[in-house]
Amino acid sequence: MMNLLTKLLGWVDERFPLTSTWKAHASEYYAPKNFNFWYFFGGLALLVLVIQIVSGIFLTMNYKPDALFAFASVEYIMRDVQWGWLLRYIHSTGASMFFIVIYLHMFRGLMYGSYRKPRELLWIIGMIIYLALMGEAFMGYLLPWGQMSFWGAQVIVNLFSSVPFVGPDLAILIRGDFVVSDITLNRFFALHVVAIPLILVLIIVAHLVALHEVGSNNPDGIEIKKNKGPDGHPVDGIPFFPYMVVKDAVAAVAFLIVFAAIIFFGPDMGGYFLEYNNFVPANPMKTPEHIAPVWYFTPYYAILRAVPPLFGSQFPGVVAMGVATVIFFALPWLDRGQVKSIRYRGPIYKAFLAAFVVSFVGLGYLGLMPATELYTWISRVLAVVYFAFFFLMPWYTKIDKCKPEPDRLTSK
Amino acid sequence: MTDTVDHSKRNMLLAATAAAGGVVAAGAGAPFVLSLMPSERAKAAGAPVEVDISTIEPGAMISIEWQGKPVWIVRRTPEMLKELNTHDSDLVDPTSSVPQQPEYCNNATRSIKPEYLVVLGVCTHLGCSPTFRPEVSPTDLGANWDGGWFCPCHGSRFDLAARVFKGVPAPTNLIIPPHKYLSDTRLLVGDDGKEFRA
Repeated sequence: MMNLLTKLLGWVDERFPLTSTWKAHASEYYAPKNFNFWYFFGGLALLVLVIQIVSGIFLTMNYKPDALFAFASVEYIMRDVQWGWLLRYIHSTGASMFFIVIYLHMFRGLMYGSYRKPRELLWIIGMIIYLALMGEAFMGYLLPWGQMSFWGAQVIVNLFSSVPFVGPDLAILIRGDFVVSDITLNRFFALHVVAIPLILVLIIVAHLVALHEVGSNNPDGIEIKKNKGPDGHPVDGIPFFPYMVVKDAVAAVAFLIVFAAIIFFGPDMGGYFLEYNNFVPANPMKTPEHIAPVWYFTPYYAILRAVPPLFGSQFPGVVAMGVATVIFFALPWLDRGQVKSIRYRGPIYKAFLAAFVVSFVGLGYLGLMPATELYTWISRVLAVVYFAFFFLMPWYTKIDKCKPEPDRLTSK
Repeated sequence: MTDTVDHSKRNMLLAATAAAGGVVAAGAGAPFVLSLMPSERAKAAGAPVEVDISTIEPGAMISIEWQGKPVWIVRRTPEMLKELNTHDSDLVDPTSSVPQQPEYCNNATRSIKPEYLVVLGVCTHLGCSPTFRPEVSPTDLGANWDGGWFCPCHGSRFDLAARVFKGVPAPTNLIIPPHKYLSDTRLLVGDDGKEFRA
């Protein structure tokens, strides 16, 4: 029996790089042995992707992308389809969990300098994934055709109409209509279930290929490939399979416990994961009293609101919001530090990173709140801090007093 | 530090982990598979249907919808009933030995009351709905035709007790759905009070 399987494997290997791919990406992909808590989130993001794709496929079997039937079809899924409520709550909770793990995954990159040479392209591909994910989430949120779906899409699409000269036509092109309508819903459905998932899967594969080409960074921010043993493998590395897989499996179990607890005990998370107004069917004639995006967009939304109209145009705010999103692309070239990891950085970088985290979380909170005068001013201060982290980076990372990096990984 | 590996313990742990993982995977997969089964709306559409049979003319047929499928109710005349036992040798299953009907309809007329035949109008060959042809000896069906159903898809023929003739593609008699009389004129299709049929 085993002999037969070995023969079959040999037959396949002569025609398809099965064993060599497995070795290159799993059993002989050497990962740094000092991975800590922060290194769980890449794998968890992959897990959420699978959960979203599977639950999404099953939701699509009962959802109707038609303005007349969309809201009712979601209620049909919730009430009449067997276990439909579970499928929907898995998918809606999964959306928020996706952003939680992605934000933590990105923060890990900031802490340990994972975007630095030679991982610039890896970082850029990751940022493209992040942008695609934002588009995916935004379009998915329109599909239930509730009040927040409708007015959220209305506000975001109108951001494009503030672009000088071509803005109004651009907004019409996106909507396919003069208002967010059945046409918009239908095309967002196509993009949400086919186009963007395809792109996401492709660039996630590219992300992994790029990662395995350059090798994983680690909490010490030094290159384990510089120190190879007589067998040609990094002395500070251990094979991804089985060691890292087993470690990640424990994280996956812990993560799924939290995931399940949210699904079963608080799927709307007090209105943060599923907003209350979205349980009311979309009404183009009446805007809800208070509208805010879902929590994962609110840092940018707060920056948008913080910028006052200039020259009678909302465009500067839109630009600020756009820059706040895409500025991450420039990180590999903004950072002039001598070391990668926060462990060996000086106090200035640590202070700036801490201030950035405060501003990001603070803006996220303020973006959920009504725009009072006080809150708007706090948003402005935090927005300045947010941009200072990036724009002053070439300066403060250069003057920062770094500690010497170790030659080998530390066991801290 | 020793290099010895306790293989039996390792195998036991591997098996235990795989078993636990399998149970979890099955549990997590079940809702997904169950969501593919008929929803509450589909089940409601499949609920028993009440029919008023007092208006059916003798020799006529009405067609109602039950679970999205046609159910025929024919009021057979005494002449029609008389013809039923004249062509047993031409039938595949004249005594209804294949359980295509509830126990209480396993009789010569395949019905509770001989006058009324209740039958699922779906051909047992490939699911087309046969055409009601009550006339005797029409030119297209031949001189031996005593009335019954003719399937336009593949030419299967059934008599007025919905029994299949020999030499046609359909393998078995048409299905008699569960039904019962609520009164002399009210019929309930889909529920005979004996077993629950979703």
